[in-house]
Amino acid sequence: MSISILVIAEFNEQQISLATRQVVGAAQQLGSEIHLVIMGSTGKTAAQNALSVMGLTKVIWVPENFESINQWAEYLASLAPHYSHVLMNAGSTGKEGIPRLAACLGMAAFSEVLNIVSPERFIRPIYAGNLWIEVEALDDIKLLTIRSTAFEPVSDQGGTAIWQEGAGELVHPLSSIVNQELHYSERPPLDSARVVVSGGRGLGSAEHFESLLNPLAKVLNAAIGASRAAVDSGYVPNDYQVGQTGKVVAPELYIAVGISGAIQHIAGMKDSKVIVAINQDPEAAIFSVADFGLVGDLNVLVPQMTAALQSLET
Amino acid sequence: MSINVLVPIKRVLDYTIKPKLSADGSQITLDGLKMSMNPFDEIALEAAIRLKEAGDVTEILVVSCGQTQSMDVLRTALAMGADRALLISTEHELQPLAIARCLKIITEQEKVSLVIAGKQAIDTDAGQTPTMLAGLLNWGQANFASSIQLVESEVLEVIREIDRGHETMRLALPAVVTADLRLNEPRFITLPNIMKAKKKVIDVRLATDLGVDLANHFNVTKVFEPPARTGGIKVNSVEELLQHLKIKGII
Repeated sequence: MSISILVIAEFNEQQISLATRQVVGAAQQLGSEIHLVIMGSTGKTAAQNALSVMGLTKVIWVPENFESINQWAEYLASLAPHYSHVLMNAGSTGKEGIPRLAACLGMAAFSEVLNIVSPERFIRPIYAGNLWIEVEALDDIKLLTIRSTAFEPVSDQGGTAIWQEGAGELVHPLSSIVNQELHYSERPPLDSARVVVSGGRGLGSAEHFESLLNPLAKVLNAAIGASRAAVDSGYVPNDYQVGQTGKVVAPELYIAVGISGAIQHIAGMKDSKVIVAINQDPEAAIFSVADFGLVGDLNVLVPQMTAALQSLET
Repeated sequence: MSINVLVPIKRVLDYTIKPKLSADGSQITLDGLKMSMNPFDEIALEAAIRLKEAGDVTEILVVSCGQTQSMDVLRTALAMGADRALLISTEHELQPLAIARCLKIITEQEKVSLVIAGKQAIDTDAGQTPTMLAGLLNWGQANFASSIQLVESEVLEVIREIDRGHETMRLALPAVVTADLRLNEPRFITLPNIMKAKKKVIDVRLATDLGVDLANHFNVTKVFEPPARTGGIKVNSVEELLQHLKIKGII
């Protein structure tokens, strides 16, 4: 079968996500016939803007209201057989939708692919990324969730995709959304920020976490992340968690403040280009992955760092 | 209304231990290393037990797919409070789709209307089996649950953790829910319960007797350690740190 790839987009009211452009980058390693599908009536503007994204042959907008993941998976089950590969970022929707789609098709799925060896062979992490495996897919359609941080994004300019509106009926929804509590901030999103400032239990309280790290994040235009311990202690909400079972990030710079470095946390940030750790315990495990370690009191060092960076700006 | 819950559990390398490769580097070796119930499965089981204690659930069946050694985590589950345990016996490790197919048969035969599963196994980190099961059964699914409540006689309200925060969702039974980290803190097992569990019978069925397609859909062709980071240095001051970051072109 010839190669043609369906990339399922994450999107907001304006555009597709940076992570999705990284997934298109991954798709380019498989082939050049790449179709991007935006699943949802709220995605019209994002779909129109996606026409200029590089590397796309076609943008498909499905103007339906997908209330539940079973409708989403069943719709894609009718679309997928036209493709050799179906890719999506390993975000919430990808993680809950791609396996269901795979089961509908009677095929395997591959989670968190971080390297494409060939159209049939992929590399993915296991044991919190302590080991990697190469897998050889045997089905006609390869269904992948992509660790987007492992791939370069394509540009959002210069593309020449053609437009298609998707048709088809939805099956009955098996669940409904009652309410969402989502966080939007002026800061860049955690999974795609160039710099991440991350705090651990050492910050002591929610107020202190915020008052110490916000100014540092602001001067660096960084996203804020956290260890599981900090989330469990209530300093920040769950979507700040970096780790094996939280978000996996790979920014240019990751600054770990008061984080001891449990295996599961390291799993979520060890692919960062440069890692800085600030901790008062010189034996903290985080120092084993840090490029630069600063031992001392974070309550002194973080404000010092913030002030020094602020004066660089002026 | 009688609600039977199935909790799939997996025996995995204890989460505190790093896996090792064999001497020739060709495969993972677990010999002599501590094995435990997958932490997310413990959380899922705890959720089922709390629903039972609240009077919402009638019976909890725990199921594991694997070799005879998996009996130990099934016994732990019984000691925690599961009512019955079943080992689907298989010599070779089954892949997610095959396991989901096995669980589908059990779910149907045991008249289960709620599956609560861990969101991922900490060894394979694939997070697929429960979701595949939901697809095969054509049931509603709620992943990454941080709260599960029965709000009407057969309707669940689940709060789930998603990329940008929380979402509250409703779904009617029958359904599959996957447990996330903050759903609960599993109870400690008491000695009397461990003793009682030792006397319980664990059912065993051969995977090959379930009449489902167990074929592999992929091969694992290599297992290896990822490229290691080169060692770092300790710096003595913020000024020194910033100098290094400037040299690296980061700031």
